[in-house]
Amino acid sequence: MTRSLTPLSSSPSFRRSSSARFYSPTASLALVTPLIAALLAGFLYPVARLIALSFSGGTLSHYRRVFTEPLHLDVLFGTIEVAFVVTVASLLLGFPVAYLMARLSKGLAMAVAACVFIPLWTSVLVRSYAWVVLLQRNGIINGLLIDTGVTEGPLKLIYTEGAVILAMTHVLMPFMILPIYSALRALPPDYVRAARNLGAGPIRAFVAVTLPLSLPGVFAGSVMCFVLALGFYITPALVGGPGSMLMATLIGQQTTVLLDWPFAAALSTVLLAVTLLFVLLFRRMLSLSKGLNSVY
Amino acid sequence: MSIDHPRVTARFPTLKDVLASPTIRSYSTAAAILAAGIGIGGILFFLLLPTLIVLPMSLSQTDYIEFPPQGLTLKWYSAYFNDPDWMAATWFSLKIALATTATATVAGTMAALAIVRGSLPFRSTLQALALGPMIVPHIILGVALYLAFSPLQLTGSFLGFLVAHTVLAVPYVIITVTASLQRFDPTLELAALNCGANRLQAFFLVVLPNIVPGVAAAAVFAFLASFDEATVAFFISDIGGKSIGRKMFEDIDFNLTPVIAAVSTVLVATSLLLMGTVHLMNAHKSRS
Repeated sequence: MTRSLTPLSSSPSFRRSSSARFYSPTASLALVTPLIAALLAGFLYPVARLIALSFSGGTLSHYRRVFTEPLHLDVLFGTIEVAFVVTVASLLLGFPVAYLMARLSKGLAMAVAACVFIPLWTSVLVRSYAWVVLLQRNGIINGLLIDTGVTEGPLKLIYTEGAVILAMTHVLMPFMILPIYSALRALPPDYVRAARNLGAGPIRAFVAVTLPLSLPGVFAGSVMCFVLALGFYITPALVGGPGSMLMATLIGQQTTVLLDWPFAAALSTVLLAVTLLFVLLFRRMLSLSKGLNSVY
Repeated sequence: MSIDHPRVTARFPTLKDVLASPTIRSYSTAAAILAAGIGIGGILFFLLLPTLIVLPMSLSQTDYIEFPPQGLTLKWYSAYFNDPDWMAATWFSLKIALATTATATVAGTMAALAIVRGSLPFRSTLQALALGPMIVPHIILGVALYLAFSPLQLTGSFLGFLVAHTVLAVPYVIITVTASLQRFDPTLELAALNCGANRLQAFFLVVLPNIVPGVAAAAVFAFLASFDEATVAFFISDIGGKSIGRKMFEDIDFNLTPVIAAVSTVLVATSLLLMGTVHLMNAHKSRS
């Protein structure tokens, strides 16, 4: 996962392999048959059924509820807002870590990388549980705050939007750090040295050289974070409360508490459409930034 | 000595003068480095903290959450291993994860071969579709799979979980194996075919031994994609069949005891061991 972004197209074996398509169409089709069968049974048919259910009754009444009731619109825009805040927070906290990982000597960089990979490899459920324990009323953070005299009584930390943003930022930060790290690793240190030689100070060299060249990684990480944040369920369901409802938790509530499956299907279809819209939108931005990058 | 001794000159040094003096300059650089160090140290602590607290919590003697723990005990582990509900969920998840590893690795590797070496008319569409389950929010997949499986009585069943988790795990396999195949020289496979090997022999004797590190890594990713999965499992579990993720989710919501910390520690140890092995294997390979 930490492989540096060596341009694959310049390695001779890759160029040969892309022209070496020597499996016949029949053999190729046979090879993808199990995948297609699994996708049909476990992905395409269920999602098609879900979308069909959202139009049940032959009307758009479920969609009308999504888009006319202020509560549901608030949740939709609130979700986009939370995803945005989480992405920005991950970027601000993650960039220095990625920079350090790319610039430190090997041993220290490995230690920093371990701090990134260990949470990434820890199940989301375990991490959300840990945040519940840390933030709850008689939890570790409240205990610490009371013992040190910062507050007298326990603060309400859990089941708030702040808790959701904190825990989601924690879960998604590695997805921001790794692409930025790859971009920074691919950046030859000579460029920065040349800028310094030409009289740029450390800040100027960073702003004029390092930062623009790290942008493809920043974009890739941001898209990843934002899209994953839009549909997050486990963490907001455990750490958030009724005041911090997101699209995913609203869908969860409709299906497990209110049992309104057609409405949940309409909400799901809207969330799916929003997610795909952002993926397509940002993909263009992503390739655009790569295009700009190749000008340098 | 010069006459304008600092005490003689009347002008009080401004902040600018202080900051410009060489000693202060090096002090402020040191202070800036220290502040940055503390800042980044804080971020790294924030990243590690949730993983690190589950172990001491699982060893705590009190049944409410206390930190640092007063005395050490293994009673929450024995509670976990002696609870029939937890054990049923663990075995159910383990069975599903192993079966998913097999199906996702085989189907994903086959598809990667066709994507890299084959001639498929709708290759990019297929690739986008296969990676879809990574992008589509898992809550949507969970609701959709429940709606599809419920009338077929597949909820809470081994087969239902196997289909769902295979779809969730297969993108990781395709990405990993595709990367391995692109690094492997295809002329070796052509040479084997020229020397009289049939397609299967060429694959098992030439291609597979060369991409086996990638396939092994893909298998580990597939196992963990299933074993650590909770959102889809939450929706397609039922009383008859409940995964460890669903059981944990329920207990965190309704019955927060240190048993969850013990289960978490077991899960963390499993993931770190498996992923650490893959990581070290790959690091070793890229060095040699």
